[in-house]
Amino acid sequence: MFELLGIPPQVLMGQLLIGLINGSFYAVLSLGLAVIFGLLNIINFAHGAQYMMGAFGAWMLLNYTGIGYWPALILSPIVVGAIGIALERTMISRLYKLDHLYGLLLTFGLALIIQGLFRNYYGVSGLPYAIPPALQGGQNLGFMFLPNYRGWVIIASVVVCFGTWFMIEKTRLGSYLRAATENPELVGAFGINVPRMITLTYGFGVGLAAFAGVLAAPIYSVNPNMGADLIIVVFAVVVIGGMGSIMGAILTGFGLGIIEGLTRVFYPEGSAVVIFVIMAIVLMIKPEGLFGNNA
Amino acid sequence: MTDATTMAAETGAASTNALLEVRGLEGWYGESHVLHGVDFNVHQGEVVTLLGRNGAGKTTTIKAIMGLLDKRRGSVRMAGQETISLQARHIARMGIAICPEERGIFASLSVEENLTLPPKLAEGGLSIDRIYELFPNLKERRRSQGTKLSGGEQQMLAIARILRTGSKFLLLDEPTEGLAPVIVQQIGRTISALKKEGFTIVLVEQNFRFAASVADRHYVVEQGKVVDMIPNHALDANIEKLHAYLGV
Ligand SMILES: Nc1ncnc2c1ncn2[C@@H]1O[C@H](COP(=O)(O)OP(=O)(O)OP(=O)(O)O)[C@@H](O)[C@H]1O
Ligand SMILES: [Mg+2]
Repeated sequence: MFELLGIPPQVLMGQLLIGLINGSFYAVLSLGLAVIFGLLNIINFAHGAQYMMGAFGAWMLLNYTGIGYWPALILSPIVVGAIGIALERTMISRLYKLDHLYGLLLTFGLALIIQGLFRNYYGVSGLPYAIPPALQGGQNLGFMFLPNYRGWVIIASVVVCFGTWFMIEKTRLGSYLRAATENPELVGAFGINVPRMITLTYGFGVGLAAFAGVLAAPIYSVNPNMGADLIIVVFAVVVIGGMGSIMGAILTGFGLGIIEGLTRVFYPEGSAVVIFVIMAIVLMIKPEGLFGNNA
Repeated sequence: MTDATTMAAETGAASTNALLEVRGLEGWYGESHVLHGVDFNVHQGEVVTLLGRNGAGKTTTIKAIMGLLDKRRGSVRMAGQETISLQARHIARMGIAICPEERGIFASLSVEENLTLPPKLAEGGLSIDRIYELFPNLKERRRSQGTKLSGGEQQMLAIARILRTGSKFLLLDEPTEGLAPVIVQQIGRTISALKKEGFTIVLVEQNFRFAASVADRHYVVEQGKVVDMIPNHALDANIEKLHAYLGV
Protein backbone atom coordinates (compact mmCIF):
# COMPACT_ATOMS: atom_id res chain seq x y z
CA MET A 1 0.00 0.00 0.00
CA PHE A 2 2.82 2.35 0.94
CA GLU A 3 4.56 1.37 -2.28
CA LEU A 4 1.43 2.41 -4.11
CA LEU A 5 1.84 5.87 -2.68
CA GLY A 6 5.42 5.72 -3.80
CA ILE A 7 6.84 5.77 -0.30
CA PRO A 8 8.99 2.95 1.03
CA PRO A 9 7.91 1.77 4.48
CA GLN A 10 11.41 2.39 5.89
CA VAL A 11 11.13 6.07 5.08
CA LEU A 12 7.66 6.33 6.53
CA MET A 13 8.61 4.47 9.71
CA GLY A 14 11.81 6.45 10.05
CA GLN A 15 9.94 9.73 9.93
CA LEU A 16 7.25 8.42 12.25
CA LEU A 17 9.99 7.56 14.74
CA ILE A 18 11.51 11.03 14.48
CA GLY A 19 8.04 12.46 14.90
CA LEU A 20 7.46 10.35 17.98
CA ILE A 21 10.80 11.46 19.46
CA ASN A 22 10.00 15.12 18.84
CA GLY A 23 6.50 14.48 20.17
CA SER A 24 8.01 13.07 23.37
CA PHE A 25 9.83 16.33 23.98
CA TYR A 26 6.78 18.39 23.05
CA ALA A 27 4.68 16.35 25.46
CA VAL A 28 7.03 16.55 28.46
CA LEU A 29 7.68 20.26 27.94
CA SER A 30 4.09 21.29 27.31
CA LEU A 31 3.02 19.17 30.29
CA GLY A 32 5.36 21.20 32.52
CA LEU A 33 4.00 24.44 31.08
CA ALA A 34 0.42 23.29 31.63
CA VAL A 35 1.08 22.28 35.25
CA ILE A 36 2.74 25.63 35.98
CA PHE A 37 0.08 27.65 34.19
CA GLY A 38 -2.74 25.82 35.93
CA LEU A 39 -1.66 26.69 39.45
CA LEU A 40 0.50 29.79 39.04
CA ASN A 41 -1.30 31.53 36.17
CA ILE A 42 2.14 32.24 34.79
CA ILE A 43 3.21 31.51 31.25
CA ASN A 44 6.68 30.21 31.96
CA PHE A 45 8.73 31.54 29.09
CA ALA A 46 11.92 30.37 30.82
CA HIS A 47 10.86 26.77 30.14
CA GLY A 48 13.16 26.41 27.12
CA ALA A 49 16.11 27.81 29.04
CA GLN A 50 15.39 25.41 31.89
CA TYR A 51 15.31 22.50 29.42
CA MET A 52 18.70 23.66 28.15
CA MET A 53 19.98 23.89 31.75
CA GLY A 54 18.92 20.29 32.27
CA ALA A 55 21.04 19.20 29.31
CA PHE A 56 23.97 21.32 30.48
CA GLY A 57 23.52 19.95 33.98
CA ALA A 58 24.08 16.44 32.64
CA TRP A 59 27.09 17.62 30.61
CA MET A 60 28.64 19.43 33.59
CA LEU A 61 28.07 16.51 35.93
CA LEU A 62 29.88 14.25 33.48
CA ASN A 63 32.73 16.57 32.56
CA TYR A 64 33.39 18.25 35.93
CA THR A 65 32.60 15.46 38.37
CA GLY A 66 32.51 12.28 36.31
CA ILE A 67 28.88 11.58 37.22
CA GLY A 68 27.26 9.70 34.36
CA TYR A 69 23.94 9.67 32.56
CA TRP A 70 21.75 7.66 34.95
CA PRO A 71 22.44 9.67 38.12
CA ALA A 72 22.28 12.85 36.02
CA LEU A 73 18.78 11.93 34.89
CA ILE A 74 17.71 12.43 38.53
CA LEU A 75 20.27 14.95 39.79
CA SER A 76 20.08 17.49 37.00
CA PRO A 77 16.27 17.95 37.26
CA ILE A 78 16.59 18.29 41.05
CA VAL A 79 19.28 20.98 40.79
CA VAL A 80 17.51 22.89 38.00
CA GLY A 81 14.18 22.51 39.84
CA ALA A 82 15.82 23.98 42.96
CA ILE A 83 17.05 26.94 40.92
CA GLY A 84 13.48 27.32 39.66
CA ILE A 85 12.23 27.34 43.25
CA ALA A 86 14.69 30.11 44.11
CA LEU A 87 13.46 32.14 41.12
CA GLU A 88 9.84 31.61 42.13
CA ARG A 89 10.44 32.65 45.74
CA THR A 90 12.52 35.73 44.93
CA MET A 91 10.87 37.05 41.76
CA ILE A 92 7.91 35.25 40.19
CA SER A 93 5.86 35.16 43.41
CA ARG A 94 5.68 38.96 43.36
CA LEU A 95 3.62 38.90 40.18
CA TYR A 96 0.67 36.64 41.01
CA LYS A 97 -1.76 39.49 41.52
CA LEU A 98 -0.88 41.05 38.17
CA ASP A 99 -1.87 40.18 34.60
CA HIS A 100 -0.39 37.06 32.88
CA LEU A 101 1.65 39.40 30.73
CA TYR A 102 3.98 40.40 33.58
CA GLY A 103 4.87 36.81 34.36
CA LEU A 104 5.52 36.19 30.69
CA LEU A 105 7.79 39.24 30.44
CA LEU A 106 9.72 38.33 33.58
CA THR A 107 10.29 34.72 32.59
CA PHE A 108 11.15 35.80 29.04
CA GLY A 109 13.76 38.17 30.46
CA LEU A 110 15.11 35.40 32.69
CA ALA A 111 15.35 33.08 29.68
CA LEU A 112 17.38 35.64 27.73
CA ILE A 113 19.74 36.20 30.67
CA ILE A 114 20.25 32.48 31.29
CA GLN A 115 20.84 31.72 27.62
CA GLY A 116 23.21 34.71 27.35
CA LEU A 117 25.25 33.48 30.29
CA PHE A 118 25.58 29.99 28.83
CA ARG A 119 26.51 31.39 25.40
CA ASN A 120 29.17 33.53 27.05
CA TYR A 121 30.83 30.59 28.81
CA TYR A 122 30.19 27.70 26.42
CA GLY A 123 29.80 29.26 22.97
CA VAL A 124 27.17 28.24 20.47
CA SER A 125 28.86 25.38 18.63
CA GLY A 126 27.39 22.69 20.88
CA LEU A 127 29.00 20.16 23.18
CA PRO A 128 28.86 16.40 22.60
CA TYR A 129 27.23 14.07 25.14
CA ALA A 130 27.58 10.36 24.48
CA ILE A 131 24.73 7.86 24.57
CA PRO A 132 25.10 5.79 27.77
CA PRO A 133 26.72 2.41 27.04
CA ALA A 134 23.66 0.44 28.11
CA LEU A 135 21.58 2.11 25.41
CA GLN A 136 23.98 2.02 22.48
CA GLY A 137 23.11 -0.03 19.43
CA GLY A 138 19.63 -0.79 18.27
CA GLN A 139 16.99 -3.33 17.30
CA ASN A 140 16.14 -4.54 13.85
CA LEU A 141 12.36 -4.63 13.87
CA GLY A 142 12.18 -6.08 10.37
CA PHE A 143 10.46 -3.09 8.82
CA MET A 144 12.92 -0.65 10.37
CA PHE A 145 15.98 -0.19 12.59
CA LEU A 146 15.20 1.26 16.05
CA PRO A 147 18.15 2.81 17.90
CA ASN A 148 17.89 1.77 21.55
CA TYR A 149 18.36 5.25 22.91
CA ARG A 150 15.45 6.61 20.87
CA GLY A 151 13.22 3.83 22.08
CA TRP A 152 14.24 4.69 25.63
CA VAL A 153 13.39 8.39 25.13
CA ILE A 154 9.88 7.47 24.00
CA ILE A 155 9.31 5.04 26.86
CA ALA A 156 10.72 7.41 29.50
CA SER A 157 8.58 10.29 28.22
CA VAL A 158 5.41 8.22 28.16
CA VAL A 159 6.07 6.97 31.70
CA VAL A 160 6.82 10.45 33.04
CA CYS A 161 3.81 12.00 31.31
CA PHE A 162 1.33 9.42 32.49
CA GLY A 163 2.92 9.29 35.95
CA THR A 164 2.38 13.04 36.24
CA TRP A 165 -1.15 12.73 34.92
CA PHE A 166 -1.89 10.00 37.45
CA MET A 167 -0.45 12.01 40.31
CA ILE A 168 -2.52 15.07 39.47
CA GLU A 169 -5.80 13.38 38.55
CA LYS A 170 -5.90 10.35 40.84
CA THR A 171 -4.07 11.05 44.09
CA ARG A 172 -4.81 13.03 47.22
CA LEU A 173 -1.87 15.36 46.58
CA GLY A 174 -3.29 15.94 43.12
CA SER A 175 -6.71 16.79 44.55
CA TYR A 176 -5.06 19.59 46.58
CA LEU A 177 -3.43 20.82 43.39
CA ARG A 178 -6.67 20.73 41.39
CA ALA A 179 -8.58 22.46 44.18
CA ALA A 180 -5.94 25.17 44.55
CA THR A 181 -6.02 25.72 40.80
CA GLU A 182 -9.76 26.42 41.07
CA ASN A 183 -10.01 28.40 44.30
CA PRO A 184 -6.74 29.03 46.13
CA GLU A 185 -8.32 31.29 48.79
CA LEU A 186 -10.74 28.63 49.97
CA VAL A 187 -8.05 25.94 49.98
CA GLY A 188 -5.97 28.26 52.15
CA ALA A 189 -8.96 28.78 54.44
CA PHE A 190 -8.95 25.03 55.09
CA GLY A 191 -5.46 25.38 56.55
CA ILE A 192 -3.48 24.20 53.53
CA ASN A 193 -0.25 26.04 52.73
CA VAL A 194 -1.03 27.16 49.18
CA PRO A 195 2.06 29.35 48.64
CA ARG A 196 4.30 26.39 49.42
CA MET A 197 2.28 24.21 47.05
CA ILE A 198 2.74 26.83 44.32
CA THR A 199 6.49 26.97 44.89
CA LEU A 200 6.87 23.19 44.77
CA THR A 201 4.68 22.97 41.67
CA TYR A 202 6.87 25.47 39.87
CA GLY A 203 9.92 23.48 40.94
CA PHE A 204 8.30 20.30 39.64
CA GLY A 205 7.40 21.87 36.28
CA VAL A 206 10.93 23.19 35.89
CA GLY A 207 12.29 19.78 36.88
CA LEU A 208 10.23 18.21 34.08
CA ALA A 209 11.82 20.61 31.59
CA ALA A 210 15.28 19.72 32.88
CA PHE A 211 14.44 16.00 32.65
CA ALA A 212 13.55 16.49 29.00
CA GLY A 213 16.87 18.32 28.62
CA VAL A 214 18.84 15.36 29.98
CA LEU A 215 16.94 13.00 27.67
CA ALA A 216 17.79 15.30 24.77
CA ALA A 217 21.49 15.66 25.55
CA PRO A 218 22.67 12.52 23.70
CA ILE A 219 20.36 13.15 20.71
CA TYR A 220 20.84 16.83 20.04
CA SER A 221 24.11 18.55 20.83
CA VAL A 222 24.16 20.38 24.16
CA ASN A 223 23.82 23.97 23.10
CA PRO A 224 22.73 27.23 24.79
CA ASN A 225 20.10 27.80 22.10
CA MET A 226 18.59 24.31 22.10
CA GLY A 227 15.65 25.40 24.26
CA ALA A 228 14.98 28.68 22.50
CA ASP A 229 14.44 26.86 19.20
CA LEU A 230 12.18 24.23 20.68
CA ILE A 231 10.08 26.34 23.03
CA ILE A 232 8.34 28.28 20.25
CA VAL A 233 6.94 25.03 18.87
CA VAL A 234 6.04 23.88 22.39
CA PHE A 235 4.04 27.05 22.97
CA ALA A 236 2.13 26.34 19.77
CA VAL A 237 1.47 22.82 21.10
CA VAL A 238 0.13 24.27 24.35
CA VAL A 239 -2.12 26.69 22.50
CA ILE A 240 -3.49 23.84 20.37
CA GLY A 241 -4.04 21.52 23.33
CA GLY A 242 -5.51 24.21 25.58
CA MET A 243 -3.64 25.96 28.36
CA GLY A 244 -3.92 24.17 31.66
CA SER A 245 -5.22 20.78 30.47
CA ILE A 246 -2.87 18.01 31.60
CA MET A 247 -4.05 15.21 29.34
CA GLY A 248 -4.49 17.75 26.54
CA ALA A 249 -0.84 18.74 26.77
CA ILE A 250 0.32 15.12 26.68
CA LEU A 251 -1.86 13.91 23.80
CA THR A 252 -1.32 17.06 21.75
CA GLY A 253 2.44 16.83 22.26
CA PHE A 254 2.72 13.26 20.98
CA GLY A 255 0.07 13.78 18.31
CA LEU A 256 1.65 16.87 16.81
CA GLY A 257 5.08 15.25 16.79
CA ILE A 258 3.62 12.43 14.70
CA ILE A 259 1.74 14.80 12.40
CA GLU A 260 4.95 16.74 11.88
CA GLY A 261 6.77 13.50 11.02
CA LEU A 262 4.09 12.44 8.54
CA THR A 263 4.17 15.86 6.92
CA ARG A 264 7.88 15.41 6.39
CA VAL A 265 7.07 12.27 4.37
CA PHE A 266 4.15 13.48 2.34
CA TYR A 267 4.85 17.18 1.99
CA PRO A 268 8.37 17.97 3.25
CA GLU A 269 8.10 21.68 2.45
CA GLY A 270 5.29 21.99 4.99
CA SER A 271 6.91 20.20 7.91
CA ALA A 272 8.43 23.30 9.50
CA VAL A 273 5.13 25.15 9.59
CA VAL A 274 2.48 22.46 9.92
CA ILE A 275 2.16 22.92 13.70
CA PHE A 276 1.67 26.65 13.32
CA VAL A 277 -0.91 26.14 10.59
CA ILE A 278 -2.80 23.79 12.91
CA MET A 279 -2.50 26.35 15.69
CA ALA A 280 -4.03 29.05 13.50
CA ILE A 281 -6.90 26.76 12.50
CA VAL A 282 -7.56 25.69 16.11
CA LEU A 283 -7.51 29.30 17.26
CA MET A 284 -10.14 30.17 14.69
CA ILE A 285 -12.42 27.21 15.40
CA LYS A 286 -11.90 26.54 19.13
CA PRO A 287 -9.87 29.37 20.67
CA GLU A 288 -9.70 27.68 24.09
CA GLY A 289 -7.76 24.77 22.56
CA LEU A 290 -8.74 21.20 21.71
CA PHE A 291 -8.83 20.07 25.35
CA GLY A 292 -9.39 23.44 27.03
CA ASN A 293 -12.60 24.41 28.72
CA ASN A 294 -14.20 27.74 28.03
CA ALA A 295 -13.60 29.05 31.55
CA MET B 1 -21.30 55.78 78.67
CA THR B 2 -18.29 57.09 80.53
CA ASP B 3 -14.83 55.70 79.98
CA ALA B 4 -15.05 53.90 83.30
CA THR B 5 -18.24 52.07 82.41
CA THR B 6 -16.86 51.18 78.97
CA MET B 7 -13.82 49.75 80.67
CA ALA B 8 -15.97 47.86 83.10
CA ALA B 9 -18.09 46.49 80.26
CA GLU B 10 -14.97 45.36 78.44
CA THR B 11 -13.46 43.75 81.47
CA GLY B 12 -16.79 42.15 82.04
CA ALA B 13 -16.69 40.72 78.53
CA ALA B 14 -13.17 39.45 79.04
CA SER B 15 -13.99 37.88 82.37
CA THR B 16 -16.84 35.93 80.74
CA ASN B 17 -14.08 34.44 78.64
CA ALA B 18 -15.41 34.90 75.12
CA LEU B 19 -13.91 32.41 72.67
CA LEU B 20 -14.19 34.89 69.81
CA GLU B 21 -13.99 38.62 70.45
CA VAL B 22 -14.54 40.95 67.52
CA ARG B 23 -13.78 44.63 68.21
CA GLY B 24 -13.94 47.56 65.80
CA LEU B 25 -13.57 45.24 62.82
CA GLU B 26 -13.32 47.11 59.52
CA GLY B 27 -13.11 45.50 56.12
CA TRP B 28 -12.62 46.47 52.50
CA TYR B 29 -13.13 44.99 49.04
CA GLY B 30 -10.47 46.85 47.08
CA GLU B 31 -11.29 50.52 47.61
CA SER B 32 -14.80 49.95 48.90
CA HIS B 33 -15.11 50.16 52.67
CA VAL B 34 -17.77 47.66 53.76
CA LEU B 35 -17.33 46.94 57.49
CA HIS B 36 -17.31 50.00 59.73
CA GLY B 37 -16.45 48.69 63.16
CA VAL B 38 -18.17 45.38 63.91
CA ASP B 39 -18.30 44.38 67.60
CA PHE B 40 -19.52 41.09 69.01
CA ASN B 41 -18.57 38.14 71.20
CA VAL B 42 -19.09 34.44 70.89
CA HIS B 43 -18.67 32.24 73.93
CA GLN B 44 -17.43 28.68 74.05
CA GLY B 45 -20.25 26.32 73.08
CA GLU B 46 -22.63 29.02 71.87
CA VAL B 47 -24.57 29.20 68.64
CA VAL B 48 -24.81 32.83 67.58
CA THR B 49 -26.48 34.17 64.45
CA LEU B 50 -25.78 37.22 62.36
CA LEU B 51 -29.05 38.59 61.03
CA GLY B 52 -29.53 41.52 58.69
CA ARG B 53 -30.80 42.67 55.34
CA ASN B 54 -29.15 41.75 52.06
CA GLY B 55 -25.90 43.63 51.72
CA ALA B 56 -25.66 44.42 55.45
CA GLY B 57 -22.18 42.89 55.72
CA LYS B 58 -22.83 39.46 57.26
CA THR B 59 -20.80 37.50 54.71
CA THR B 60 -18.07 40.10 54.79
CA THR B 61 -17.86 39.75 58.58
CA ILE B 62 -17.47 35.98 58.24
CA LYS B 63 -14.77 36.42 55.60
CA ALA B 64 -12.96 38.99 57.70
CA ILE B 65 -12.89 36.61 60.68
CA MET B 66 -11.53 33.83 58.43
CA GLY B 67 -8.84 36.10 56.98
CA LEU B 68 -10.30 36.09 53.48
CA LEU B 69 -10.44 39.85 52.93
CA ASP B 70 -7.50 41.62 51.33
CA LYS B 71 -7.69 44.43 53.84
CA ARG B 72 -9.09 44.43 57.36
CA ARG B 73 -8.46 46.36 60.53
CA GLY B 74 -9.51 46.27 64.16
CA SER B 75 -9.30 43.24 66.39
CA VAL B 76 -10.41 39.62 66.10
CA ARG B 77 -9.28 37.54 69.06
CA MET B 78 -9.63 33.78 69.06
CA ALA B 79 -9.17 32.26 72.52
CA GLY B 80 -7.38 35.46 73.49
CA GLN B 81 -5.00 35.42 70.54
CA GLU B 82 -5.06 38.30 68.06
CA THR B 83 -5.63 37.07 64.47
CA ILE B 84 -6.10 40.32 62.57
CA SER B 85 -2.74 40.12 60.81
CA LEU B 86 -2.73 36.35 60.26
CA GLN B 87 -3.30 34.63 56.94
CA ALA B 88 -6.33 32.40 56.43
CA ARG B 89 -4.42 29.14 56.75
CA HIS B 90 -3.03 30.11 60.15
CA ILE B 91 -6.48 31.15 61.33
CA ALA B 92 -7.86 27.81 60.11
CA ARG B 93 -5.24 25.95 62.09
CA MET B 94 -6.52 27.61 65.27
CA GLY B 95 -9.59 25.44 64.77
CA ILE B 96 -11.92 27.67 62.73
CA ALA B 97 -13.66 26.29 59.65
CA ILE B 98 -15.86 28.02 57.10
CA CYS B 99 -18.84 26.95 55.02
CA PRO B 100 -18.92 29.80 52.50
CA GLU B 101 -22.07 31.37 51.12
CA GLU B 102 -21.23 30.33 47.55
CA ARG B 103 -20.51 26.80 48.85
CA GLY B 104 -17.14 26.52 47.12
CA ILE B 105 -17.54 22.99 45.78
CA PHE B 106 -14.63 22.12 43.49
CA ALA B 107 -15.61 21.10 39.95
CA SER B 108 -12.39 19.20 39.30
CA LEU B 109 -12.83 17.05 42.40
CA SER B 110 -15.21 14.16 42.98
CA VAL B 111 -17.71 14.35 45.84
CA GLU B 112 -15.48 12.20 47.99
CA GLU B 113 -12.39 14.24 47.13
CA ASN B 114 -14.30 17.39 48.04
CA LEU B 115 -15.28 15.80 51.30
CA THR B 116 -11.75 14.79 52.23
CA LEU B 117 -10.00 17.90 50.93
CA PRO B 118 -9.92 19.92 54.18
CA PRO B 119 -7.18 18.32 56.25
CA LYS B 120 -7.88 17.09 59.78
CA LEU B 121 -6.55 19.81 62.04
CA ALA B 122 -7.60 18.37 65.38
CA GLU B 123 -9.00 15.22 66.95
CA GLY B 124 -12.71 14.70 67.32
CA GLY B 125 -13.99 15.37 63.81
CA LEU B 126 -16.82 13.27 62.40
CA SER B 127 -15.80 10.10 60.60
CA ILE B 128 -16.65 9.63 56.94
CA ASP B 129 -19.10 6.89 57.90
CA ARG B 130 -20.91 9.18 60.32
CA ILE B 131 -21.06 11.89 57.66
CA TYR B 132 -22.49 9.47 55.11
CA GLU B 133 -25.02 8.43 57.73
CA LEU B 134 -26.05 12.08 58.19
CA PHE B 135 -26.07 12.79 54.46
CA PRO B 136 -26.89 9.56 52.59
CA ASN B 137 -27.15 11.45 49.29
CA LEU B 138 -23.44 12.18 49.45
CA LYS B 139 -22.61 8.51 49.87
CA GLU B 140 -24.70 7.53 46.88
CA ARG B 141 -23.03 10.12 44.71
CA ARG B 142 -19.52 10.00 46.11
CA ARG B 143 -17.93 9.24 42.72
CA SER B 144 -19.73 12.08 40.89
CA GLN B 145 -18.07 15.33 40.00
CA GLY B 146 -18.59 17.78 42.90
CA THR B 147 -20.49 20.36 40.88
CA LYS B 148 -22.77 17.74 39.27
CA LEU B 149 -24.64 17.52 42.58
CA SER B 150 -27.88 19.42 43.01
CA GLY B 151 -27.71 22.77 44.80
CA GLY B 152 -28.97 21.22 48.01
CA GLU B 153 -26.53 18.32 47.83
CA GLN B 154 -23.68 20.75 47.24
CA GLN B 155 -24.79 22.64 50.32
CA MET B 156 -24.73 19.41 52.34
CA LEU B 157 -21.26 18.67 51.00
CA ALA B 158 -20.01 22.13 51.97
CA ILE B 159 -21.19 21.58 55.54
CA ALA B 160 -20.16 17.94 55.73
CA ARG B 161 -16.56 18.52 54.68
CA ILE B 162 -15.81 20.88 57.58
CA LEU B 163 -17.31 18.49 60.13
CA ARG B 164 -14.47 16.09 59.34
CA THR B 165 -11.67 18.50 60.21
CA GLY B 166 -11.96 18.44 63.97
CA SER B 167 -12.33 22.23 64.02
CA LYS B 168 -14.66 23.14 66.85
CA PHE B 169 -15.49 26.68 65.73
CA LEU B 170 -17.68 26.81 62.63
CA LEU B 171 -18.61 29.79 60.47
CA LEU B 172 -21.74 28.80 58.52
CA ASP B 173 -22.91 31.30 55.92
CA GLU B 174 -26.55 30.52 55.09
CA PRO B 175 -26.18 26.73 55.34
CA THR B 176 -29.88 26.05 54.78
CA GLU B 177 -30.30 28.19 51.68
CA GLY B 178 -32.05 26.26 48.95
CA LEU B 179 -32.57 23.08 50.96
CA ALA B 180 -35.82 21.16 51.30
CA PRO B 181 -37.53 21.43 54.71
CA VAL B 182 -36.68 17.87 55.66
CA ILE B 183 -32.97 18.52 55.05
CA VAL B 184 -33.17 21.84 56.89
CA GLN B 185 -34.56 19.96 59.88
CA GLN B 186 -31.75 17.49 59.59
CA ILE B 187 -29.16 20.26 59.54
CA GLY B 188 -30.91 21.79 62.54
CA ARG B 189 -30.56 18.50 64.39
CA THR B 190 -26.93 18.26 63.30
CA ILE B 191 -26.19 21.76 64.62
CA SER B 192 -27.91 20.98 67.91
CA ALA B 193 -25.91 17.76 68.19
CA LEU B 194 -22.68 19.62 67.45
CA LYS B 195 -23.58 22.21 70.08
CA LYS B 196 -24.04 19.41 72.62
CA GLU B 197 -20.60 18.14 71.70
CA GLY B 198 -19.16 21.56 72.51
CA PHE B 199 -18.92 23.11 69.05
CA THR B 200 -19.14 26.89 68.79
CA ILE B 201 -21.01 28.20 65.77
CA VAL B 202 -21.53 31.53 64.06
CA LEU B 203 -24.46 31.22 61.74
CA VAL B 204 -25.63 33.60 59.04
CA GLU B 205 -29.25 32.77 58.43
CA GLN B 206 -32.22 34.15 56.52
CA ASN B 207 -34.49 31.38 57.72
CA PHE B 208 -35.72 33.01 60.85
CA ARG B 209 -37.54 30.10 62.38
CA PHE B 210 -34.52 27.93 61.80
CA ALA B 211 -32.26 30.47 63.49
CA ALA B 212 -34.55 30.64 66.51
CA SER B 213 -34.60 26.86 66.79
CA VAL B 214 -30.84 26.48 67.17
CA ALA B 215 -29.31 29.76 68.39
CA ASP B 216 -28.56 31.20 71.82
CA ARG B 217 -28.23 34.80 70.72
CA HIS B 218 -28.80 36.90 67.63
CA TYR B 219 -26.71 39.84 66.47
CA VAL B 220 -28.28 42.31 64.07
CA VAL B 221 -25.96 43.66 61.37
CA GLU B 222 -26.77 46.89 59.56
CA GLN B 223 -24.56 48.81 57.13
CA GLY B 224 -21.35 47.15 58.24
CA LYS B 225 -21.96 47.37 61.99
CA VAL B 226 -23.56 45.30 64.73
CA VAL B 227 -26.47 47.43 65.89
CA ASP B 228 -28.25 45.15 68.36
CA MET B 229 -28.11 41.86 70.21
CA ILE B 230 -31.19 39.84 71.09
CA PRO B 231 -31.01 36.73 73.29
CA ASN B 232 -33.02 33.88 71.85
CA HIS B 233 -35.37 33.76 74.86
CA ALA B 234 -36.24 37.42 74.28
CA LEU B 235 -36.94 36.93 70.60
CA ASP B 236 -40.72 36.90 70.88
CA ALA B 237 -40.72 40.06 72.97
CA ASN B 238 -38.56 41.82 70.38
CA ILE B 239 -40.19 40.51 67.26
CA GLU B 240 -41.55 43.90 66.16
CA LYS B 241 -38.13 45.51 66.51
CA LEU B 242 -36.50 42.68 64.60
CA HIS B 243 -39.00 42.92 61.77
CA ALA B 244 -38.16 46.60 61.52
CA TYR B 245 -34.42 45.81 61.33
CA LEU B 246 -34.90 43.17 58.68
CA GLY B 247 -37.56 45.09 56.77
CA VAL B 248 -39.96 42.16 56.65
N1 LIG C 1 -16.59 41.10 46.16
C1 LIG C 1 -17.13 42.29 46.47
N2 LIG C 1 -16.61 43.42 45.97
C2 LIG C 1 -17.13 44.63 46.29
N3 LIG C 1 -18.16 44.80 47.11
C3 LIG C 1 -18.72 43.72 47.66
C4 LIG C 1 -18.23 42.41 47.37
N4 LIG C 1 -18.98 41.52 48.04
C5 LIG C 1 -19.89 42.24 48.72
N5 LIG C 1 -19.74 43.56 48.51
C6 LIG C 1 -20.53 44.64 49.10
O1 LIG C 1 -20.35 44.61 50.49
C7 LIG C 1 -21.57 44.85 51.16
C8 LIG C 1 -21.84 43.74 52.14
O2 LIG C 1 -22.00 42.53 51.44
P1 LIG C 1 -22.18 41.12 52.14
O3 LIG C 1 -22.01 40.09 51.09
O4 LIG C 1 -21.32 41.06 53.34
O5 LIG C 1 -23.72 41.21 52.59
P2 LIG C 1 -24.61 40.12 53.31
O6 LIG C 1 -25.08 40.73 54.57
O7 LIG C 1 -23.93 38.83 53.39
O8 LIG C 1 -25.85 40.02 52.31
P3 LIG C 1 -26.74 38.75 51.83
O9 LIG C 1 -27.78 38.55 52.88
O10 LIG C 1 -27.35 39.21 50.55
O11 LIG C 1 -25.82 37.59 51.65
C9 LIG C 1 -22.63 44.98 50.07
O12 LIG C 1 -22.89 46.34 49.91
C10 LIG C 1 -22.00 44.40 48.85
O13 LIG C 1 -22.43 45.10 47.72
MG1 LIG D 1 -24.19 37.01 52.55
